[in-house]
Amino acid sequence: MIHFPSLVVLGQAAEPASRTPLYIIIVYMCLLFALGGISSRLFRGSSKDFFVASQSIGPFMLLMSVFGTTMTAFALVGSTGKAFSLGIGTYGLMASSSGLIHTACFFLIGIRMWSFGKKYGYVTQIQFFRDRFESKGIGYLMFPILVGLIIPYLLVGLIGAGNYIGGVTRGMFPGTFEAGAVPAWLSGLIICLVVLFYVFLGGVRSAVWANTFQTIVFMVMGLVGFLVIAKGLGGLEAASQKVMENAPQKLSREGLMTPAHFISYMLVPLSVGMFPHLFQHWLTAKSAKSFRLTVIAHPICIMIVWVPCILIGIWAAGLYEAGELRVPQLPNGKPNANAVLSVMVKSFMDSPLLIGLFSAGVLAAIMSSLDSQFVCIGSMFTNDFIVPLKGEVSDKQKVWLGRGFIVFIVFVTYIISIFKPTSVFNLGVWCFSGFSALFPIAFASVYWRRLTKAGVIASVLATAVTWALFIYDALGNKGEKWFGEVHAGEYLIAGVMPVTFICLASLVALIGVSLVTKAPSQSTIDRFFPIKKA
Amino acid sequence: MKNFVYALIVLLAIVHQDIWWWDNKTLVLGFMPLGLFYHALFSCMAAAVWALAIKWAWPSDIEAWAEEAFVESNDGQGGEQ
Repeated sequence: MIHFPSLVVLGQAAEPASRTPLYIIIVYMCLLFALGGISSRLFRGSSKDFFVASQSIGPFMLLMSVFGTTMTAFALVGSTGKAFSLGIGTYGLMASSSGLIHTACFFLIGIRMWSFGKKYGYVTQIQFFRDRFESKGIGYLMFPILVGLIIPYLLVGLIGAGNYIGGVTRGMFPGTFEAGAVPAWLSGLIICLVVLFYVFLGGVRSAVWANTFQTIVFMVMGLVGFLVIAKGLGGLEAASQKVMENAPQKLSREGLMTPAHFISYMLVPLSVGMFPHLFQHWLTAKSAKSFRLTVIAHPICIMIVWVPCILIGIWAAGLYEAGELRVPQLPNGKPNANAVLSVMVKSFMDSPLLIGLFSAGVLAAIMSSLDSQFVCIGSMFTNDFIVPLKGEVSDKQKVWLGRGFIVFIVFVTYIISIFKPTSVFNLGVWCFSGFSALFPIAFASVYWRRLTKAGVIASVLATAVTWALFIYDALGNKGEKWFGEVHAGEYLIAGVMPVTFICLASLVALIGVSLVTKAPSQSTIDRFFPIKKA
Repeated sequence: MKNFVYALIVLLAIVHQDIWWWDNKTLVLGFMPLGLFYHALFSCMAAAVWALAIKWAWPSDIEAWAEEAFVESNDGQGGEQ
């Protein structure tokens, strides 16, 4: 039998809701503190250890850290919310394509980048680009662009966490907070402090340890949570039948997206080829063989996490259309898709203990991305900005400068997250689109000898200009849109994702300018293309 | 075999665009929408193809080059660090 306690939970509950889930989340945070302390004992004190764990990470931890890093609020909170509004096509848009494209990036670019890191001692992506393009200045151009693109990615995590915690703690503190829920500013603050703590102690090594632990937690709890929610809905079949009866459009893609829209989404996962934090994880690998498990298991891990989220999202849509689920509304009167996961958890998990454990899993997914991004930001600031500018900087200074910049960026992001709540999925897609447009640079740098510094600069500028124009048109332009139109919550240009045109502009600039400018020196080509063709 | 693996990867990118059941709402096993079921299978197929890539298209030349650098630097010969 199906029961629907959601209307009570989300309505005006007479008694405060149980705080057990919150206590479990607090215990989980304490565990992370302890893990940070333990992993810091292995910290060797050098900047190389702080930034790339002295290239000592084996296959399993590499898989867990790489997978955990790519799965953030976007994967859990965002995918559930997107499936709620866009149906099952959400999986094909991002998950199955990522199984192919992410892994292609690991296989075709990651292993080569790792080999250059191993050979020439790189700690950051920009160090590689500086040598590859024979230019110190290119680092100063790429540094603000990459940091600027990471900030929305950090926002995805903080906004997702705030929405989730707000939903799951609703009714716990009546009279203290609005709707009795822990506010986003408080949950964001605590999450930032916890992640900062363990990242400060051991750098990327702590991040890898924490990622491994957190990835296991969110995969296991995700599956358990899914089964419990399904049971609460009367079983898998009954849950999907509800969708068939009330929101059948969510069971297919007809009317919600077009084939052109769908295919253009395939460009979005290319972003992992340019993520600076992922580049840093690649460099932590002990050997090239460490990549093998990641290459095979990554698509399966994505499936394990995303399929349950998509099903929960469409089940929520079925209940919502039937009037049996109340989802908090946005100021524009539409349901807040970011809150769908927490509403489903709170409505269909009877046990506060389970709610707490599942919530720890959601936060694990979010924090396992934040930590890598924090380390990466600090790493780029010291190695790509301060060291080239000031020359000699001691190892200890490098670590402290990195830590200082991390705090600065986290503070800025935290403040933005309080004032700019938006769709986690859409914000993530904009952020990934920028990185995707820079992907041709990463790919060409290891496969095209004729690629030049001027070509790269043109490509970066083309990306920055088109990205800024489109994002303004989509989010900032309140009047008639200049380039595209909004369809089913998606900003499309000529029926496809803006990433198509941003990538095209980047690619044309890269190839066109490279072909008409002076080729790199032979010594640089020999250095980065060591394998001669037979 | 390397080319065969790359051809399989291209084929996967093509079959990802499953327009043939764009509007199909069938529930496989009574609960899994067909479009979702197909793409979950696609994820498994991708893993299998990448396993073949590791077997037949592994960049062993690059791997050997990088490991060689490691030995050089450990030998105190200067290497290229």
